[in-house]
Formats: sequence, structure tokens, C-alpha cells
Amino acid sequence: MSRKVEGRISSVRGHRIDVHEVGEGPPLLFLGAGIGNDPGRAAIEILARKFRVIAPSHPGFAGSERPRSITTVDDLSYFYLDLLQEHSLSGAVVVGVSFGGWIASEIAVKSTAHISRLVLADAVGIKIGDRETRDITDVFQITEDNLRKAIFATPAPRVVDYKSMTDAEVLAITQNREALARFAWSPYMHNPKLKDRLHRIAVPTLVLWGAEDGVVSTAYGRAYCAAIPAAAFATIENAGHLAQIDQPEDFARHVLDFTSGALTAKRETTGAA
Amino acid sequence: MRVYHFSEQAYPDVWEGHPGTLRVSLPNGRMDPDRAADLLHRYYDEWLLADELGLDIMVNEHHQTATCMSSTCIVALSVLARITKKARLLVLGYPMGHRPDPLRAAEELSTIDVISRGRLDMGFVKGVPYEFACSNQNAVGVMDRFWEAHDFVLKAMTTHDGPFNWESEHFHYRNVNIWPRPYQAPHPPIWSTTASRGTARVLGAKGYVMACLGSGYNSRPIYDAYREGFATLGRGSEPSADRFAYLGLVAVADNEAKARERAVHVASYLRTSPIVAPEFRNPPGYLSPEDNARILKGQTPPRTRTKDGRPISMFDGSIQDLIDAGVLFCGTPDQVYSQIVEFSDYCGGLGHLLMMGQAGAMSHADTVDNLTLFAKEVLPRLKSH
Repeated sequence: MSRKVEGRISSVRGHRIDVHEVGEGPPLLFLGAGIGNDPGRAAIEILARKFRVIAPSHPGFAGSERPRSITTVDDLSYFYLDLLQEHSLSGAVVVGVSFGGWIASEIAVKSTAHISRLVLADAVGIKIGDRETRDITDVFQITEDNLRKAIFATPAPRVVDYKSMTDAEVLAITQNREALARFAWSPYMHNPKLKDRLHRIAVPTLVLWGAEDGVVSTAYGRAYCAAIPAAAFATIENAGHLAQIDQPEDFARHVLDFTSGALTAKRETTGAA
Repeated sequence: MRVYHFSEQAYPDVWEGHPGTLRVSLPNGRMDPDRAADLLHRYYDEWLLADELGLDIMVNEHHQTATCMSSTCIVALSVLARITKKARLLVLGYPMGHRPDPLRAAEELSTIDVISRGRLDMGFVKGVPYEFACSNQNAVGVMDRFWEAHDFVLKAMTTHDGPFNWESEHFHYRNVNIWPRPYQAPHPPIWSTTASRGTARVLGAKGYVMACLGSGYNSRPIYDAYREGFATLGRGSEPSADRFAYLGLVAVADNEAKARERAVHVASYLRTSPIVAPEFRNPPGYLSPEDNARILKGQTPPRTRTKDGRPISMFDGSIQDLIDAGVLFCGTPDQVYSQIVEFSDYCGGLGHLLMMGQAGAMSHADTVDNLTLFAKEVLPRLKSH
């Protein structure tokens, strides 16, 4: 049974960051989607039975300071490379969901020195279509009802009642929406250069996709996968863009199955040291 | 008081039966270029008339909309700088938040100032929310970009021993040395507009001319915030009335019934201006997270109110509601004069009335009569008020 350890990491290079940290074991850096850190917790609790899960709220998102110099996803990737180094996380599994998947890719093309496995779930960040085709549903100009239908395949998360939330919870939502737009307004949700850099990702990678993702199609996911040398593709049924919310058990099982090798590798490394 | 004739140069023929939006996403196939040409020539004729009548002129711009065919204020200013003689030419505003290139702004506005022999007033604004969907500029951080662009334009207009170098957070130039330099020294007067008390304080501290746009009897706290800002620099006196402007609708006629018929056309601006598909109305970053949180919690911002505090709707309130709210000045010349003076006194004194003297489907004949009667019967009294 895992023991919860809250708040072990609280800053990077002196910049305050809000981290949901739970479990013990090899490190798993969970980079969440643009809607913010909170909704993925069910899957995270399962992952925490095997891993020390580190789920930060990205710089500029609710609870986390944004140093003024951080204005792009490229900057975010350096921030997390600093986090991995400063907090001595070696052999980390990095799981990135949606916008967090974009950040994870940007990290991995720069360095996998601290990374053993990479999971990209319904990740954005690359351009695959022609110039007049928008690959990614525009989350910044869509009604909220339609957005929730595009994101979620199951009924429960499609419903939201702001009036029953605390002021702080609603404020976190609006802060996250603004933070996401800062990084992803234009070019919309991608870095035009990233696709040609994906060949640099030097660790085993799982590209995991909600079969009913209404934000980025499975075809987009397969194209993402094809650009990464050691990548496998898998889908989760009855799941939309945020599979860890629609199907937390299936999501966690895919990650655990894929990383069981990483756990073994970690033990071997520890034994050899 | 100076009075400026303003029209949004609308294309009203498609206002009936629209598909839920007049802005951003209404296909331009709905527009007949020949009809647009006729309308635009007519609107320039009316500005020429305003010039001859002793009125000043205000222009603006909007994008991808049937409510305003002025897609760049630079075109309107360029035409008017050449064909008018006396009128001040106010742009309110130049949407700095939507512009990627402040060097071009400095060059264009300086050239217009020279052609008009120093008649330009430069209103800088961040731009309306739904047009970030058109310009693709990011609404997040727009005020940071706005103020850097502002600093840059002023330095470009006031540096005469250049070139100078500019490498900052948002803009990069290696040889800034604009030709022509502005006609007015040190630069054309700066205006802006806001509905926020915080921004009003900043504008007051800078001493710029501040306009409230159609906010009626809700405007006083904004002007007062300006006064607070003005006082922060240790200035010895209150800001003079020429620091304050207000945009109101005007329908004047020789009898009240006719004025109210005319008002229906002028007020059509209020009835059509907000028609935009909901997904474009509030791009992230335009409002603060705190304001957006209040909206999600169902706490709507304060509505327009009459002088005695009655809330009214700009979208479907009656003509009388709009008059009571100080949004519309309407009636005989005597009535319009009294309404304007009462409103100006309530605000603590206004130096500039930005008069929407034409809107929507208001005919040329109606517009000519509206402007002429105002200029002959109301303007002289306001000038001496």
C-alpha cells in the first residue's frame, strides 16, 4: 500500500510550483492537460501504487508561479529538465497528457538523460495536415458544451456546475484557461518545428489515444507515433481526449504494463550501483 | 466643448435575417462590392459636410464585420487628411493590441499628421475581444504589448537624431528613424478609452485624453479614477475638461417625434454591435481570471443605468431608456443641448463629445439634417458652455 507524501517538490530554481505528489517508488512525472492538474487524480492514485508520482501544475497555471521569461512550451520543457535535474530524478517515467504531452515531447527531444520511458497520451504539439486544415479542435473558440463533448466520451465529466464550486476552484479554472492560451494560442497548440525533432526521442515511447478523442484524431496520434523511433501505439475504448478521466483504470493499466520494464530496469540499476 | 462626427461605416443591408452573427464569421459573399462603394463614398461625403459645418471627425476600425466597413483606420484617416480642411481627425482607436508592427503605426500616423498639417489625434486602444479571432494576436499579455508598442511609437515620433535601436520583450528593430516625422510637436495628442478604473488611473497619471464609450451614467467613477491618477504625479491642479471625452448617440430634429424616428436608426448601432457568435466573445486573457471566475459563477457585470439608478438594456431598451441612461442625446436642439450639458456636468465636465451622428440604415438625407441642425443649433452653445 502506498504512503502519501505531499509536497516534496515545491520549487524549481527558486520558483514556487504546486505539485501533487503521491506514492513511493521510481519517479513518474505526470504532465497534465491544459485544463489543469486536478481532474487526473483517479488514474494518478492507481499509478502511485508503483511510482512516486509527481504531478505539477505547470508554471503560470493555478498555484504555480510563472517566471516572466517563461512564455513558450519550449521554455516549459527547460523548466522541467531543470526540475528533473535539481530534484535528482533519474530513470523517470514521463507521462504527458494533451498539452502536457506536447511539453513531454519538447523535453524528450532535448534530453532523455533523466528519462527511462515516455508516455504521450492524446498529445498535441505537432502539425500533420496541410495549411488550411486545423489538426486540433480549437478549444479557444468553441462553446463550453461543445468543448466538453469533444473532450469527454463519458457523460459524467461533460457536466459542470460552477455555482456549486468554491470561488478558488473556479478561479483555478479561469487561470488555467488563460495560462493555456498564453502558450498555445498561436501557432495553435503546436510547434511547427517539433515534428522534425521527434526522431531524437531515444527512449521507449507509448503513444496512447482515446478511441473517441474529439480534439485530436487517432490518425493524428498514429502520425505522432510514426515520427518517434521506438514508439508503440495503443487506444483506449470509450475514452475521449482525456482518457485518464474517462477511463482511469484502463489508462493506468496501459501505463503500468508499458513501464513494467522500467520498474525492472530501475531495480537492476539500483542493484548494480 | 469640441464635437466629433463619428460613423462606423456600416453595411446594414444584411442585418436582417443574419445567421446569429454579424461579426468574424459572416461570409463576405453576403456583401455587394458595388453597394459597399456607394455607402463608403456617402460616408466620406458626410464627413466632408461635418468638416464644413465646423465639427471635428472621429474614425475607428473593426474587422470582419457588417457593422463597420472601416477595416483599417489608416485608410479613413488618409482619405480625410487630404479632403478635409479644418476638422481634427481623431482615431479612436488604433487597435494596438491587434497590430504586429508598431513601426508601421508610427510611420503611418506621422504621415497622416503631416498631410493633415497637424490635425491628428491618436487614440490607442487594445482592441475588442472578438477581433483577436481575426488578428490572431494573443489576448493574453495584450496590455504588456500595448504599453511596449506605445513606448516605441512615442520614441519613434520624438527621436530626431536617430536611428535608434530597439530590442525588447515584444518588438525588435535595428534602425528606427521615421520619415516623415510628425507635424505636431512633440507628437500628436494621445487619447485612449477604457471602462476600467485601474486603466483610467494609469491614463490619468499620463495625462492623456480619456474617452468613455457609451457607458452613460455609469461613467462617473471612471472619470474620477482618472482624476485620482492625474493627482498622483503631484500636479497642482485638477485635470481640465479637455482631458475627458464621451461617445454618445445623437438624434436631433426640429421636432421631438422626428428626432425619435431618427434615433431608431442611430440606436441600431447598439442593437447590432453585440451580435457575434458566443465562441468569439471572450478569448482567454482578455478579461482577468478574477473577472472570468465571476462570470462563471453567474455574477454578471453591472448593467447600464439611468441617472436615478434604473438598469436598462442597451440591446433592447427603449429610446426613452437610452435617453435616460445618457447613452443617447435625442430631441429638439434645446432638448439635446440640455441633455448633453446635464450629462457633462454629472461627469464633472467634458471637453469632447464624440457624436455618433450616423449609424446603420440612417439615410443620407437624415444624416445631413442631423449634422446640420446639430452644428447650427447645438454646437455654438456647447462651444461657449
